[in-house]
Amino acid sequence: MDILTLFVVVPVITVLALVFTKDLKQARTVAMLGSIVQLGMAINLVFAYFKEKAVNDSIMVFTKDYVWFEHFNIHYIIGVDGISVAMLLLTAIVVLAGVFISWKTEDLPKEFFISLLILATGVYGFFISIDLFTMFIFFEIAVIPMYLLIGIWGSGPKEYSAMKLTLMLMGASAVLLVGILGIYFNSNADGGALTFNILEIAKVNIPFEAQKLFFPMVFVGFAVLGALFPFHTWSPDGHASAPTAVSMLHAGVLMKLGGYGVFRVAMFLLPEGAIHWNDFFLVLAAIGVVYGAFAAIRQTDLKYINAYASVSHLGLVLFALLMLNKTAWNGAIIQSLSHGFLTAMFFALIGMIYGRTHTRDINKLGGLMKILPFIGAIYVITGMAYLGLPGFSGFIAEMNIFVGGFQHPDMFHRVLTVLAVSSIVVTAVYILRLVGKIMMGPLETNNVENLPKATWYEKTGILLLLIPVIAIGVAPLWLSDMIMESIQPFIQGVIK
Amino acid sequence: MDFSSFLLMRHELILLVIILLLIVAEIFIPQHKKGSIVHLAIFLFGIHTAVGFLGMGDGVLFGGMFRTTGMIHFFKNVLNVGVFIILLQSADWLQEKIVAQHKGTEFFVLMFSSLLGMYFMISSGDFLMFYLGLELSTLPVAALAAYETSKRISSEAGVKLILSAALASGVSLFGISMLYATSGSIYFSEMAEMISVNNLTILGLILFFTGLAFKISLVPFHFWTADVYEGAPISVASYLSVISKGAAVFILMILLFTVFKPLMGIWENMIYIVALATMFIGNLFALRQQNMKRFLAFSSVAQAGFILLGIINGEQLGFATVIYFVLVYIFSNLAAFGVVQAISLQTGKENINDYEGLYRTNPKLSLVMMLALFSLAGIPPVAGFFGKFFLFTAAASKGYYLLVFLAVVNVTISLYYYLLVIRAMFLRKGENPIAFFTSKLYMRLGLVLTVLGIIVLGVYSPLYDYIFELSKGLM
Repeated sequence: MDILTLFVVVPVITVLALVFTKDLKQARTVAMLGSIVQLGMAINLVFAYFKEKAVNDSIMVFTKDYVWFEHFNIHYIIGVDGISVAMLLLTAIVVLAGVFISWKTEDLPKEFFISLLILATGVYGFFISIDLFTMFIFFEIAVIPMYLLIGIWGSGPKEYSAMKLTLMLMGASAVLLVGILGIYFNSNADGGALTFNILEIAKVNIPFEAQKLFFPMVFVGFAVLGALFPFHTWSPDGHASAPTAVSMLHAGVLMKLGGYGVFRVAMFLLPEGAIHWNDFFLVLAAIGVVYGAFAAIRQTDLKYINAYASVSHLGLVLFALLMLNKTAWNGAIIQSLSHGFLTAMFFALIGMIYGRTHTRDINKLGGLMKILPFIGAIYVITGMAYLGLPGFSGFIAEMNIFVGGFQHPDMFHRVLTVLAVSSIVVTAVYILRLVGKIMMGPLETNNVENLPKATWYEKTGILLLLIPVIAIGVAPLWLSDMIMESIQPFIQGVIK
Repeated sequence: MDFSSFLLMRHELILLVIILLLIVAEIFIPQHKKGSIVHLAIFLFGIHTAVGFLGMGDGVLFGGMFRTTGMIHFFKNVLNVGVFIILLQSADWLQEKIVAQHKGTEFFVLMFSSLLGMYFMISSGDFLMFYLGLELSTLPVAALAAYETSKRISSEAGVKLILSAALASGVSLFGISMLYATSGSIYFSEMAEMISVNNLTILGLILFFTGLAFKISLVPFHFWTADVYEGAPISVASYLSVISKGAAVFILMILLFTVFKPLMGIWENMIYIVALATMFIGNLFALRQQNMKRFLAFSSVAQAGFILLGIINGEQLGFATVIYFVLVYIFSNLAAFGVVQAISLQTGKENINDYEGLYRTNPKLSLVMMLALFSLAGIPPVAGFFGKFFLFTAAASKGYYLLVFLAVVNVTISLYYYLLVIRAMFLRKGENPIAFFTSKLYMRLGLVLTVLGIIVLGVYSPLYDYIFELSKGLM
């Protein structure tokens, strides 16, 4: 078995093992073991990747190609570059942290972990595949467990949120499907065979008319998952209703599929379409960035604040990708990673606060720093990283994005960049207000003396996420190198 | 005279023998042991299904009235497997409800006769044989639909089916006579050469199409579907929704792709409009259904609309994708109907609300249902996804991107109502959930077969390649 397929096989084996578990204790142990193995594999992959890259100079390494449906030329093709390696590492960390945070899932624990790991399988598979068909399958596998995860274990209007989220994401994937078919039937434009292989299609000059038609479909299909305005409405409701670990995984990993798909498929295969539609989608992304930040100010529910903040920060990812230059793209990928860790941390902390105080209303919370020092301290650190304080990953990402944006020779792009930069200020407003109110402000919660301290599994989960945030912030170069090198072949088409 | 050419009719002959054997058995088996007829029938049909998989050559009989090819042979086997699963799923219902009314044997005789009609229909080489097959396949089902005579709604279903079927086949026959008038032949092979594009032919094509559209329950000929499915016994509803529909799709495709090939420019537009109407109306009506049988009825109307996306392709690719989809659809729909059947038999409950909290009491049944619904909705990695994806590919390869786009919009609409059932089973706890029960052996076997089909058919790619190879011969 090759090193990449294991990323799909191990979660599947974990799921099968989970079927035979009897209670919460067994289920969480099995899930934890499976996720630890995954994390080990992801770390191992980073080292293996550097080793392989030194001797192998192709776009994708560790590639394997198996024919699946011969007649349609559908293959199971896998391979990774620096970006997917980083994404796999992010996924492995967030999944393990998610398992730790869900340590006390009382209702149907077995089913919970099974759904969680099926979701993880889809995400892993998506990041390793370089065949459009296989990629699309994993994309849908990642989305559909969300319905059960939110619907069964969620809170609040969970049935409504679960249905809204599932229908919007599946609707987007349906549009994506048309786009993929469009690419497929144009992949013989240069006289070759029809193919779903991304690397092969990239060599073909797809006619401009087709690019113009199918780019918006592919772009929107992916970008809905990346919370593109005005298709972001599933995200606040979904996050607010989802259980903690699911919010973590969803905001931390699943939403990254959007940005990843945009540059890996939409812009790579349809570069002329990307240039043609650039202004239109850039405006939408900029609106998302600013609107998300302002919407977050007005919220009083901790999860809604975070969900709108995600709309704003992931809007930045799409915004940077649409800037179509290397610095901005580098920022976009680092922002994806950084936001993945940070937002997962935020949701984990919110889950812990909610589990103790039974409220997420910021008007009813106050002075938590005094009674929950660990959670409080980490919350402040996360907040600082989130608003882009130097020394954390957020700064590196946003710096790259805005520098990249301003490098754009066109005045229109520069003006939009200036507008988008304003979101940093707004982010500072809501984060600082939040921290001031619920951490530093006067005590508001009753029974404050009895709130339990953070447990070992909660601390482990949090630390798992905190380490990479600081690592990226302090020493960004190794990551930046890995990403920059991999961006080159993908961006070539769009910078002309 | 050489009788060996009759071996080409092996399917028909063996089934005929089984029907006769069952009638004889009915005479000789004493009254208090009538239940054993069920075992006998399932056993005999199981052998028939197994024997069907033995190889058979191509050939033509009776001067071109009857023909068989690898594809037709394969499709008869598909129908056999479907009917076999239906028999397994309905065995308990027959034992408990029907044998006591002394109607056990007739059930099998009627169902097998109808199947025999479908064999003749898909093997037909001329319109006469086709029409005979169509009638033989429809009339017994009307009797079956009215089988639960104690229920008023069942009799109503029978009457509704027979009246609308008679009208549809009458219109169809009228169309066939017009086609005969213009081309001077009723043999498919001769007509394909002689048919020309003129108004009378087009009118004939449209009228002829009506008869099959009725069987496939395409809009606007779908009005009988929900009422008949709701009233008829569940086994009969599932028979109508998969076997009857599958066979009609098969022969419709053969005729459109060969005899009516010169008229493709015309029937393409017809299929386009009917496909859109069928998908939208089927899906939109399914949204508000409460009764599981009505729900599945509208869902199967919508699925028929998706099938048309493959037919519009008009070539080998379209043919293969449709056959593949029908095969997947048979398994998916039978799994859904099987669960409905099991629950209805045990508790008499058939509404979506009754399924609330089912996962907590009957997890296995709920999982089967979930797989079936995911397959019908087209969610990977189960087979339905592959089926739908290939159909869309077939339509897109002819440049029908708008049609594919509207179809994927419909997939999203359909996902909503499939999720409603999943919501009831998994998300809700329910005030009065269905208590835990275990099904009998036959039912379990029937469900396991369908689940295997749903999981394996999609991922196992050689099957599609096999179907694609077979469909070469028909073009």
